[in-house]
Amino acid sequence: MAVGLTLIFGVMRVVNFAHGDMMVWGMYLAWMLSTRAGIDPYVGFVACAGALFLMGWVTQRLLVDRIVNAPHEMQILLMLGVALVLENAALVAFGPDPQRVRSPLRAATIWLGPVFVDVARLVTFALAMVLTLALYLFLTRTDLGRTMRAAADNAYGALVIGTDVRRVYAAAFGIGAACVGAAGALVSPILPFQPAGGLSLSVASFNIVIIGGMGSLPGAFLGGLLVSVAESLGAVFLSPSMKELVSFSLLIVILLFRPAGLFGKTAA
Amino acid sequence: MKWLAAAALLVLLVLPAVLNSYAVTVFIFIFFYAFLGQAWNIVGGYAGQLSAGHAAFVGIGAYASALLSVQAGLTPWIGMLVGGLLSAALGTVVGYLGFRFGLRGFYFVLLTVAFAEVCRIVALNTDAVGGALGYYITFTGDPWQFQFQDNRVYYYVALGLMLIATGIVAGIERRRFGAYLIAIREDESACEALGVNTFRYKMLAMIVSSFLTGVGGTFYAFYLFSLQPAAVFGIPLSVEIIIRPIVGGAGTVMGPILGSFILSPLAEASRVYFGQGGWTGAHLIAYGLLLIAVVLFLPQGAYPALRRLWARAAR
Repeated sequence: MAVGLTLIFGVMRVVNFAHGDMMVWGMYLAWMLSTRAGIDPYVGFVACAGALFLMGWVTQRLLVDRIVNAPHEMQILLMLGVALVLENAALVAFGPDPQRVRSPLRAATIWLGPVFVDVARLVTFALAMVLTLALYLFLTRTDLGRTMRAAADNAYGALVIGTDVRRVYAAAFGIGAACVGAAGALVSPILPFQPAGGLSLSVASFNIVIIGGMGSLPGAFLGGLLVSVAESLGAVFLSPSMKELVSFSLLIVILLFRPAGLFGKTAA
Repeated sequence: MKWLAAAALLVLLVLPAVLNSYAVTVFIFIFFYAFLGQAWNIVGGYAGQLSAGHAAFVGIGAYASALLSVQAGLTPWIGMLVGGLLSAALGTVVGYLGFRFGLRGFYFVLLTVAFAEVCRIVALNTDAVGGALGYYITFTGDPWQFQFQDNRVYYYVALGLMLIATGIVAGIERRRFGAYLIAIREDESACEALGVNTFRYKMLAMIVSSFLTGVGGTFYAFYLFSLQPAAVFGIPLSVEIIIRPIVGGAGTVMGPILGSFILSPLAEASRVYFGQGGWTGAHLIAYGLLLIAVVLFLPQGAYPALRRLWARAAR
């Protein structure tokens, strides 16, 4: 199930501590849309993506932009600050209790061959696949997408040939955040969420991104599969509360042995 | 400068005589977090290895000395050292893995966070240490068990801890070891090229830092008398530890102390002020904003900026 969503994470290369917290905000936006305005999250995810795009763009323009050339530690601290603000703003605004978005699709179930699947999961999966494919096509086929990959490869080189690198960065950050927002909205009917959940979502996505090797699509796919299978196995064989333990341990092992991912180039 | 420090110390020594109990408590937190910040400063400030999982060391030290005291009757004055050693052992593991495998920057941060979270989840799921309910110490008021009727004793213990850690950091800074650490922070490859065994010095910094932090865990346990996995191993505590040296000036002797004198009263005030309205996360939002502001406008921290002002005024 997580595979489709995690694909989205996989393509993003921005090392972003606030990643999971942005996703939580996407979930809460979907929740607000559905409880206040009665909009189903499967429609509302577009709005969530838009809102998160703005959030990402502003974060990049206002904050990250100023310290792109500062030492790496400063960027980490900055994103840690952003994550703290986002997580606790959600805590203040929505309270600590877990929420879940109700969707009519949730109740419906269908037989898919021999397995019994509820429609909500199926729709989430399908939409996630579509979004991922769209992102992939965007990155490989459009001018902006190509520029983005060029800037990621060699910012100086891109600057030399006349790219407005800062704008490209802002767009990348925005699109990344939009993906996370959409992902958050899409899983909101399936996964209960709470403000404190941001960190474990961040860890899950780091796991996948790192396993898959930054920016490699097949890697992300396999990484997502591996992580979700490992986590489900952990939940089955250990107690459900130990599920997180599995993902953190996995993170440690991955960091140590394959920091460049299973499919990436060897560590620089 | 020396005279100023001596005068400040003298004031701090006589202060409890005139303060009320609440103000003493605030000062205890200032000293305690300055102490933890100072311990972090060695590896995070001087060596530039950002550990975002220092709460793990506090937690291990706290649980170790509390369990030893309650179950085995061992005095926390010794348990303190046991807790410190256990934390140092974990620090050695984390440091060895992180440094041997060459994890830098962001990857090292993730590694330390992951270790702290693993500790938290294990504590949460181990019934022998209270599990999710937490672990409680009954108050007896026995000084041998690190329990004092009078809040002012804690004041002097916390002050002592802070001064010891500051002494250690000042000592490190003056020695070759400190110079190596700063060199590693500034340019590790160049440092290695000059023949410095960077791995060894990073390890040493990590071990000293985690030992001190573990010792601090004992103070935490026997000042608050209750240990919750989420509180002693959680990210928020790690943030509390990191943010003071950074605001005050990471990699300076006075930074963590200055940072704690700025932040601890602010944190206390916002907790009192917002806590009543159920705005539990508010002071962490303030921390986040402050962190962003410091990174953008005062990346060196407050202490170096103050020194520049001082120097300009002296001229």
